[in-house]
Amino acid sequence: MAEPPIIQLAAVNKWYGQFHVLKDIDLEVAKGERIVICGPSGSGKSTLIRCINRLEEHQQGKIVVDGIELTNDVKQIEAIRREVGMVFQSFNLFPHLTVLENLTLAPIWVKKLPKQEAEELAMAYLNRVQIPEQAAKYPGQLSGGQQQRVAIARALCMNPKIMLFDEPTSALDPEMIKEVLDVMVELAGSGMTMLCVTHEMGFARTVANQVIFMDKGEIVERSPPEEFFSRPKSERTKLFLSQILHH
Amino acid sequence: MPVDFHVPLPDRTAPLAAGGILGWMRVNLFNSPLNSLLSVVLLYVIGWAGWRIADWAIFSAVWAHVAPEVCKENPDQGACWAFIAEKYRLILFGRYPFDEQWRPLLAMFVLIAAIAFSCDRRFWRAWLGAVWLGALGLFGFLMWGGVLGMSFVETNLWGGLPLTLILSVVGIVVAFPFSILLALGRRSHMPAMRAVCVTYIELIRGVPLISLLFMASFMLPLFLPTGMKFNALLRAQVAIVMFTAAYLAEVIRGGLQSIPKGQYEAASAIGLGYWQSMRKIVLPQAIRAVIPPIVNTFIGMFKDTSLVAIVSLTDLLLATRQAIADPNWRAFFVEGYIFIALIYFVFCFFMSRYSQHLEIQLRSGSRR
Ligand SMILES: Nc1ncnc2c1ncn2[C@@H]1O[C@H](COP(=O)(O)OP(=O)(O)OP(=O)(O)O)[C@@H](O)[C@H]1O
Ligand SMILES: [Mg+2]
Repeated sequence: MAEPPIIQLAAVNKWYGQFHVLKDIDLEVAKGERIVICGPSGSGKSTLIRCINRLEEHQQGKIVVDGIELTNDVKQIEAIRREVGMVFQSFNLFPHLTVLENLTLAPIWVKKLPKQEAEELAMAYLNRVQIPEQAAKYPGQLSGGQQQRVAIARALCMNPKIMLFDEPTSALDPEMIKEVLDVMVELAGSGMTMLCVTHEMGFARTVANQVIFMDKGEIVERSPPEEFFSRPKSERTKLFLSQILHH
Repeated sequence: MPVDFHVPLPDRTAPLAAGGILGWMRVNLFNSPLNSLLSVVLLYVIGWAGWRIADWAIFSAVWAHVAPEVCKENPDQGACWAFIAEKYRLILFGRYPFDEQWRPLLAMFVLIAAIAFSCDRRFWRAWLGAVWLGALGLFGFLMWGGVLGMSFVETNLWGGLPLTLILSVVGIVVAFPFSILLALGRRSHMPAMRAVCVTYIELIRGVPLISLLFMASFMLPLFLPTGMKFNALLRAQVAIVMFTAAYLAEVIRGGLQSIPKGQYEAASAIGLGYWQSMRKIVLPQAIRAVIPPIVNTFIGMFKDTSLVAIVSLTDLLLATRQAIADPNWRAFFVEGYIFIALIYFVFCFFMSRYSQHLEIQLRSGSRR
């Protein structure tokens, strides 16, 4: 018997006022899958992944994450947020806390770990993203690439089953993109379920097992990367690919 | 092999700044004819005024505790500090029984010690609340008495500086958390909660403190069951807390608005609940951002406590007015006002300096 999908969206619709951002989204993600979502600006990519941890509320349809359905029940929302880590384009580290405090905050306050244990955990993840020496600094003292790696470590500290990335490298200078992608590649190798909005097509090729193309609030195409890049089915995908691959 | 024509320049030392006081003066005071003229004129005015004040307040003043006639006959026409020597106990402690005035003195030091203790950031822990409860309890114990051989002293006999201090300190300690709740309520997604907070803030801010004090003193009793007495000091305290909280709530709301949406989202995304993310993420940053206006509000409130005089509480200012009312000393009201102005100034200046110190300390914590 196949395992049930860890993320399941069925006929999800969302509007901002009269603006229809997500249209009949159906999506199933199996455990351990690595999905890259791309598409033109404003197509609803961020909105889609933000619905999965309820940073945005959907109005129709059903979203089930790890067997928990997203409703208005605060307890369920908090349960899902413990399972799902998120990394933002603008890092969103807490500037008034040190790197170590950024990492231990949720383990201590949400998981109620003892401080010492939380700090050991945090140091383990800082090692994993290769910046243990920055633990005592404040976010403002780090480079963009380092900040984003701290943000990834912060999400990992909650030991999530799913990681959501919203354009994690778009705010970075070119020489820092690689250090963040390396961390993500390593994470993918560890079997983490990942949903990643990105335009790093090299990353999509090597890491993703599915690429999703969104346009105007719809999932236009979903296929494995080899197929997606060599034989896109729809004209819109072809146009998009020709635009982003030729610059 | 390509020839590299670029030869890096060696580092050179920075030019010396014009040294010494003379150098500084040349650069800042006498760098053009007009500026030199202005500097000379201003230095003359400042020097002349400074000399006049110093002469009146120090050199020509009467310092000994003498009879008022001696001051009036002083040929140098200087200040009469004998007035302060004669009346300082009335000014500082109001109508509190004369022989028991060690109690308000001690009580005042308890409050000041608690304030000093709270200034150190290392002590900002949950138990600081217990320290404050203890300090306020001790204050009340000393002021009221009635046990351990101390006579009972009613609050209507409390006065002077301890009264001003307790009104301000309780005002700050209670209004601050209250204002945070009001500010959060005003930004809440619950319409009823928001409506209540907005109404409260706008109503209270729209009314002068004097009328609140009047209402608390004369109208509140009308709503209370007959026979139930509600202490006058407590009523004034409630009015001050309500007034300060409304102002402070708006200051804190300003701070909340300066926190980017991403901070709320990141806090939610790592699983923090509403109160946790407020307490750990949003409020520390929001309050830090508005320390100057918060302290501004506190300083304003500290001086506004002098308005309680209109509901017959003998605060520092009213006690001074009573001291001046003595016909023998009436001529020396300026000295009296200068004396309490200095007291007010010391406290306000301390608050202002402390806020600057705190800003620098907190900023060095999180360089953005
Ligand atoms: N809070 C909001 N209120 C109203 N409209 C919004 C809101 N957030 C997003 N939108 C609109 O919804 C559409 C989809 O937004 P979304 O951020 O999901 O796009 P995206 O695909 O992530 O684009 P980008 O590549 O620029 O990040 C956009 O047109 C945007 O203007
Ligand atoms: Mg986006």
